[in-house]
Amino acid sequence: MITSNKIGKMIEFENIQFGYKKKTLFNGMNFALESGQIYGLLGLNGAGKSTLLRLLSGLLFPQEGSIRVLDYDPVQRNPSMLSEIYMLPETPHLPTLTDKNFVSRMARFYPNFDSSYLESLLKEMSVPRGQILTSLSLGERKKFHLAFGLACRPSVMILDEPTNGLDIPAKGQFRKIVAEALAEDRILIIATHQVKDIELLIDNVLILHEGNFICYQSLSQISSAIRISQETNRPDSNSEKLLYTEPSLGGYTAVWADTETNGEHQDLELLFKAAITNPEKFTQFTSGVHKL
Amino acid sequence: MEFSDPKGIYQQIADRVQEQILRGIWVVGDQIPSVREMAVELGVNPNTVARSYQALVERRILANQRGRGFFVTEEAVSSIVQTLRNEFLEKDLPKIIKTMRLLGIGPEEIANHFHGNETNPGEDTDET
Repeated sequence: MITSNKIGKMIEFENIQFGYKKKTLFNGMNFALESGQIYGLLGLNGAGKSTLLRLLSGLLFPQEGSIRVLDYDPVQRNPSMLSEIYMLPETPHLPTLTDKNFVSRMARFYPNFDSSYLESLLKEMSVPRGQILTSLSLGERKKFHLAFGLACRPSVMILDEPTNGLDIPAKGQFRKIVAEALAEDRILIIATHQVKDIELLIDNVLILHEGNFICYQSLSQISSAIRISQETNRPDSNSEKLLYTEPSLGGYTAVWADTETNGEHQDLELLFKAAITNPEKFTQFTSGVHKL
Repeated sequence: MEFSDPKGIYQQIADRVQEQILRGIWVVGDQIPSVREMAVELGVNPNTVARSYQALVERRILANQRGRGFFVTEEAVSSIVQTLRNEFLEKDLPKIIKTMRLLGIGPEEIANHFHGNETNPGEDTDET
């Protein structure tokens, strides 16, 4: 029997209150994330994505409520918790060290560190070796940091805009590498605006808007509850089931709340636009779709 | 593999497996790529691949041998053909008939093409 704390609920937010000086961001936020899944965290600029990620990795403290990550309280910043979390920031701040020196200094904080895995990832992504890390291009630094983070074999891997600055072939490699990195005892959280880059990768969609999740569903569940159609004429905006519409070649693309669809028609970008354009209507709709 | 099609990825993975079987690339008893291998090859979520495979197991196209992997069953080809036949008759054919009506093409004309193409593809040019 599996008694490990690494299967099932890995991250839990209970009644979290958090804000900056002038702005309350989260007011009683509750959610849980489970292992073996890839979560896509979406939201407009300033929606609180980075704050949320910092809260769960112990970089910020909640003003009220409690957070559990792998059965730890991130506020305590317990080294055994920190060795199980890797957060890949949008812009990698790497020191003026060579790759080798960086690894020899940093890897010791991660007991599961796998150097042969690091080697194979760096090779796969053709990251130049033996150079001072700060002299690498942004894309190369991001690849290096991704490889290093994965080689630490963390239980919780957080990726903030991981595909920004990657060239087109690297985006394909990124998808393969992430697909390979998912394991039963691991959670991956990808926060991004590049929805196309993660559409094929994520299990679940979390859309953060004004301090709340207006979407907290599996992508397949939500995809099978909407219908996307091409219309010649602009659909009536008062129609109850219409979630979103935009002009397209030869007419209009419309997103409908409709469970009578055959199969999943997945379009994360349209889904996101629908959610952000009319959050009230979208929330009403998602409240009817099975939550995580 | 491109996913420009609005069809769910889940369906496209199932289609891909079925196509490999129909084309005889994977035959009865063959072990197909593992969930992880397929996910990495396509750069998609392994859980999505697992759901696709599971759906094919339910349709008896694949057999899941616990701990060993997924194998092509004896009834795979006939099951796939049956499904595709039904899909053709229920989805594609009505569209063709609709177009035929619109353009005033009768079944006889189609039958001529059907038989003509089978026996003598150059027949059309002989008439002039």
